Amino acid sequence: MVKEVKELVNRPDNTAYTQQRLPAWQPMLSAGIVIPGFVSIGLVFIGIGVALFVTSQSIQVLEIDYTGVEQSSPCFKCSDQTGKKCDCVMNFDIDSLFKGPVFFYYGLSNYFQNQRKYSVSIDYNQLTGDLDYFTNPDDACFPFQNDRNKPIVPCGAIANSMFNDTFQLFQLVNGQKKEVPLDGKGIAWWTDYNTKYRNPSVTPLRNAFNGTVKPPSWPQAAYELDTKDTSNNGFINQDFLVWMRTAALPDFRKLYRRITEGDYASGLPAGNYSLQIAYNYPVLSFDGRKKVVFSNVSWMGGKNEFLGIAYLVIGSLCVLMSIVMLIVYAKFKFPEED
Amino acid sequence: MSRRRVNSSGSLHPDDEVMPYSDDETDDELDASSEEEEPEAPPGAPQPPVEVKPSEMGWKVKANDRPYHHLPEFQKKVFLCFKKSRYSGNAIKTYKYNVLTFIPLNLYEQFKRVANLYFLALLILQIIPDISTLPWYTTLIPLVVVLGVTAIKDLVDDLARHKMDKEINNRKCEVLLDGRFQESKWRDIQVGDVVHLRKNDFIPADILLLSSSDPNSLCYVETAELDGETNLKFKMGLRVTDERLQHERQLAEFNALIECEEPNNRLDKFVGTMLWDRERYPLDLDNMLLRGCKIRNTEHCHGLVIFAGADTKIMKNSGKTRFKRTKIDELMNYMVYTIFVLLILVAAGLAIGHTFWYEEIGSKAWYLFDGKNHNSSYRGFLSFWGYIIVLNTMVPISLYVSVEVIRLGQSKFINWDLQMYYAEKDTPAKARTTTLNEQLGQIEYIFSDKTGTLTQNIMQFKKCTIAGRTYGDPTTAEGVTLDRGRPVDWSWNQQADKKFDFMDHSLVSCVRSKKDKDVSEFFKLLSLCHTVMVDNKDGELVYQAASPDEGALVTAARNFGYVFLSRTQDTITINEMDQESTYEMLALLDFNSDRKRMSIILKFPDGRIRLYCKGADTVIYERLSPDSRHKETTQAALDIFANATLRTLCLCYKDISAAEYDAWSRKHKEAQVSMSERDVALDRVYEQIESNLLLIGATAIEDKLQDGVPETIAKLAKADIKIWVLTGDKKETAENIGYSCSLLTDDMAIHYGEDVNEKLRIRQTHRRNEPQSLNRRRKRPTEPFFNMPGKNALVITGGWLNEILYEKKKKRRRLRLRRLGRRPPPAIPQDSQPMDDLEKELRQIDFVDMACECEAVICCRVTPKQKANVVSLVKKYKKAVTLSIGDGANDVNMIKTADIGVGLSGQEGMQAVMSSDYAFAQFRFLQRLLLVHGRWSYIRMCKFLRYFFFKNFAFTLVHFWYSFFSGYSSQIAYENWFITLYNLCYSSLPVLLVGLLDQDVNDKLSLKFPKLYLPGQKGALFNYRNFFISLFHGIFVSLIIFFIPYGAFLQTMGQDGEAPSDYQSLAVVTASTLIFTVNLQISLDTSYWTFVNCFAVLGSIAIYFGIVFDIHSAGIHVIFPSVFTFTGAASNALRQPYLWLTIILSVGISLLPVICIQFLHKTIWPSVGDKVHRNRKKYEMEMEEEERKTKPPTFDRGRRSRRSAYAFSHSRGYADLIASGRSIRRRPTPVGAPPGSIREAPQREAENI
Repeated sequence: MVKEVKELVNRPDNTAYTQQRLPAWQPMLSAGIVIPGFVSIGLVFIGIGVALFVTSQSIQVLEIDYTGVEQSSPCFKCSDQTGKKCDCVMNFDIDSLFKGPVFFYYGLSNYFQNQRKYSVSIDYNQLTGDLDYFTNPDDACFPFQNDRNKPIVPCGAIANSMFNDTFQLFQLVNGQKKEVPLDGKGIAWWTDYNTKYRNPSVTPLRNAFNGTVKPPSWPQAAYELDTKDTSNNGFINQDFLVWMRTAALPDFRKLYRRITEGDYASGLPAGNYSLQIAYNYPVLSFDGRKKVVFSNVSWMGGKNEFLGIAYLVIGSLCVLMSIVMLIVYAKFKFPEED
Repeated sequence: MSRRRVNSSGSLHPDDEVMPYSDDETDDELDASSEEEEPEAPPGAPQPPVEVKPSEMGWKVKANDRPYHHLPEFQKKVFLCFKKSRYSGNAIKTYKYNVLTFIPLNLYEQFKRVANLYFLALLILQIIPDISTLPWYTTLIPLVVVLGVTAIKDLVDDLARHKMDKEINNRKCEVLLDGRFQESKWRDIQVGDVVHLRKNDFIPADILLLSSSDPNSLCYVETAELDGETNLKFKMGLRVTDERLQHERQLAEFNALIECEEPNNRLDKFVGTMLWDRERYPLDLDNMLLRGCKIRNTEHCHGLVIFAGADTKIMKNSGKTRFKRTKIDELMNYMVYTIFVLLILVAAGLAIGHTFWYEEIGSKAWYLFDGKNHNSSYRGFLSFWGYIIVLNTMVPISLYVSVEVIRLGQSKFINWDLQMYYAEKDTPAKARTTTLNEQLGQIEYIFSDKTGTLTQNIMQFKKCTIAGRTYGDPTTAEGVTLDRGRPVDWSWNQQADKKFDFMDHSLVSCVRSKKDKDVSEFFKLLSLCHTVMVDNKDGELVYQAASPDEGALVTAARNFGYVFLSRTQDTITINEMDQESTYEMLALLDFNSDRKRMSIILKFPDGRIRLYCKGADTVIYERLSPDSRHKETTQAALDIFANATLRTLCLCYKDISAAEYDAWSRKHKEAQVSMSERDVALDRVYEQIESNLLLIGATAIEDKLQDGVPETIAKLAKADIKIWVLTGDKKETAENIGYSCSLLTDDMAIHYGEDVNEKLRIRQTHRRNEPQSLNRRRKRPTEPFFNMPGKNALVITGGWLNEILYEKKKKRRRLRLRRLGRRPPPAIPQDSQPMDDLEKELRQIDFVDMACECEAVICCRVTPKQKANVVSLVKKYKKAVTLSIGDGANDVNMIKTADIGVGLSGQEGMQAVMSSDYAFAQFRFLQRLLLVHGRWSYIRMCKFLRYFFFKNFAFTLVHFWYSFFSGYSSQIAYENWFITLYNLCYSSLPVLLVGLLDQDVNDKLSLKFPKLYLPGQKGALFNYRNFFISLFHGIFVSLIIFFIPYGAFLQTMGQDGEAPSDYQSLAVVTASTLIFTVNLQISLDTSYWTFVNCFAVLGSIAIYFGIVFDIHSAGIHVIFPSVFTFTGAASNALRQPYLWLTIILSVGISLLPVICIQFLHKTIWPSVGDKVHRNRKKYEMEMEEEERKTKPPTFDRGRRSRRSAYAFSHSRGYADLIASGRSIRRRPTPVGAPPGSIREAPQREAENI
């Protein structure tokens, strides 16, 4: 009977955690929160939508398809001559000032840069300038890994299919062709140019490529992409970098040049223009389309009405639903039952 | 050894009083024993020599002869030609792995799980270059983590088992080796060894008791680990061994050959013979000391090892526990299969898509040339496997691990719950299995044991009526009734049991004044008329009673100053108000279940002869003398007692003249030696003397319910949980308890076996007469059995249960017929006999249907096996989730059978607890286990699963939408690393926490509103409907996550003119959107926001951005250029406001409709939970106020007018032992009898009287 003071060794701890009494906030989807919440979210969305829509409207875009499918097109003659050098000229007018800075894109349609096999056909080690991979490219590059037992550099399907049309833009002033200066610097991502892609540290660059061959579709080797400017040659050539950043969807644009210099720094003035195209890249075989795009940008980027409209629609739906919920709530207002 | 069994051949109906037959009786045994039983052996006659059947006696043990057991004839084939002795060593092995086998065995076990195997297959697929769409690490890393976590858990478990085994195997014991006792480890003990055991030793193996230090070769053992009973049992060695084997030298020469049954798991049976010096001696269970027991009160003893190690009864019993799975587990598996099918369909569709795409576009695109000459169909085939890999995350690899983690956490919470901790015994609740928690939230049927579960098995002398006056209510010494009394102070009585509570002071003063003759007579009777044995320890009396009721009565008499001191074969000594007097006992007319009374005939010191009798009121009243007084008043008091559900006994006496006694005594002696039908003859003689009795009064004993039992039952009933009581007790007792715990109420119509049988028979006859017998399976009778309005209850005994369910009937009938040598009757279907198995099944279905119509079902007099049968009937035909709760070895069967087994603990080492899934100390904790923990676990698990499926659909199906724009080329919409880490790091923690911590309403409200439990029973929170809702929700979100960025990306460019519409930016945008969406979605689903949840949600998002920026950093690309290829993608994409707007819009569209639908749903169709949740604050305040105002009200006990006439428990008294005089010491309480209320003092050796 004396043993009243028992040791309670097995007694569980009395803490908020073990007893599941942690202080907690137990929110409820009450009408007081949901309905005003929906109204305010709706209004905010409508606001954003209007801003996006208006901004998008103010952006100027000019698209010129130069695939040459129609006979009337100046490039029709080039469209079936795969592989051969062919030039064509597209003329167009600009009615009012195309505000600068103007960006010059090329675009491809029905082009599956996101195809699985294609998108992994690349050797990242090689492209960092690692010479071991020059002689022995990654298997992922197959079938553009070796050409007659010689390693292809840069290897892989992406590099092999690099876009190789070139463009020159002229303004026709009084019948004279005035070349619009195109700026090709800094059109690729900073990280691509500075870290992801690097040339081997061999001078001259050409020596690094000894014993390798160029991709079969390329007219010239990688070290000849820009012979004038060493900082734009080899793997860090801007056009190459832009191409290597594969597109997400089968219709895509890639930045070709910027128009930021000289008389055109503030934009393309109204007038007649002529675009001289070195037509090399075959797309008709797979029903592709090629185009050039001139566009300026805003804070939100390029022209795209989708997002603005989507915001407007969702915002309005929110407001509408809040009204519906209010009506339902009023109708089913909880009686004070227990 | 001869067990009493029902002899139903004579009577048409089963006997309500007797358990049908023993458990686990195999048909062979039934055959054998039934034949043996035929010539009823006259009791007392010399036992016929035990017939030994060679088949049964396959086990031979030779004492002190180790090589004998390695003879070739005792070898068994183990593997090919390797042979091993069939006798196990005594070392036990419960662990699974050792150092070498851990990795292969554990991996083998883990890969038995389909999910793990599936991921292994995927891994292999990913290594094949032609179809590999994801790098191998996307599967390998999660798989390794999953396998690793499980392996570590297994390792820890196994280490604990190793330690335990080692500890046990290294225990010390003295073994007779080379002629002397030497200390040896348990593991080295072998069959045939002679061991020496001391007081408080654990018994190392199943041992034949040879001799002990106590007279008569007695040995006391505590069997708590075997059957949970804490009272001491006693074992007795053979007389011959005890006499001849006391010394080491004698033992060393001992060379008997024991032949006995093969090792088996029956704790209640042992048959064997000992061949020693060309004499045969029968052995039975009384001679055996079983492993797991502990020697008590016996200084030392010697024994011969019969079964060692794995052959011992306890190890045979601890066999495989049935692997239990929850309903949710099953459902989950089916859903995973559904997902597999979906996966294959989707992949096949996309593969066809790829075939067509390649035909139309891919083959023409020169830039896609891959140098392989595959045709488009073969490419489609490859694409199929590619998509299987890409979309594999639909079957979440981490699902199983997360589920395990959540269940483990829930189990911990159960273990930690202070409100399920029983301070008195220092026992916390324990979730012994960690895999069944959510099932606790789905219980529909509870099967409860009675003794020790509903009741405390403590009998308390509560009230009495003496000569027409009732005592027991709180009263002062002067007889003034009080509202609240204080317990009587027993300090005046040196020998009083201090634990005895009594409120009525007037009775005490009445006794002490010695004025009232009736009162003195009353207590004198109580102190004399019984079969209790007494031990005297340190001057304190310890009573050992056959039934707790008797103990309570004798203790009461002791406290009132009539102390039973000692007894010999024919005297009883009591202390009568400090005056010791010895009475000569002339005859003891023991209790049995037919007589329902016991009497004692005493010769007083002054020479008078008097008969004292106590018994059930119905029997006593029939035998009262016409001039007996106080009949009416006592009757009235009995009714009052019965109404208070007290167990009553009537006390009476009769003076007998010497001549009358002599005459009767002669008849008695004749009857005692009569060879045939001795019991009947004795009964007849007893009947003659037990007549013309004079009533003294009646006692009322309370079979004390455990605390809070009626409240718990009421609460569980409100939660639509049906409670069935299955007990081995008598019908009356069970019914009585049914009333006192408010399971039965007055407005219920109670149906008994006959009634049930009749109803079933009618239904069956109907069915037989129905012409279209083929349709009978489909056309289930829908009309209810009970057409009367009002509640019904079923009280049914084990015998009837067998009758109703046709259990074993055929067999028994055949046997009976064979025995009687009659030919079987013509084969016309009788009503009470089944025609075929189908009929039997239909009958069982009918019975279950009928029982389920009732509010309460009580099955009494059922064997452990029947308990299990009843449980499995309900499980089988009702497809319901069942729970069994019990505390004793007899509940083990049903605990193992039910979906959830609960063991009531309190005492150490109980068998029910060992085989249970959950264990705690008090029945009332059940409501917390179910209504709080079960409900929470269920809700949490459902929420977890719904969300988990959703999150993986939303995640994976984006690939599906993307495939339409990537030429069905199994291109992935995210970065590889994101896919690898998504389930591990970015989305699992918040949902895991919801699975662990979420609560819709707190525990108090859960208990206050039992209706909140209903959704669980219906499985309403997780089923195929919810699964498809999750699926569609996932599809919807994945659509948004893909198509909003698609719309935004199409033909646009970034702020700085660079095109953001590259693949990597898209991947970053979809991934970020997904992370925001799923983390905010879980925030919406979280109803219990603690700082941990908050931390987890914000943390997941933060971790995502942290990891993404690291993986996309320049530095890591320089080190691993080909592994981390998304250099700069995140920083480039996420500085564009445009992409942020895209993300915000996508997240908004993903979440807003969900909020809207949820709100509307809760408004239009609010669930009980929603309503409670809404008014949470109000209720909480109310409850606080209530708590402050009132103490919990004492429960209003039954208001019924019913007789609980009967206070003896069902076991016979010790009269035989007392009369035999072989040992006037304690005898073991018969197996099954509950431990008495009288204190044990097991540490001290009992003294001889």
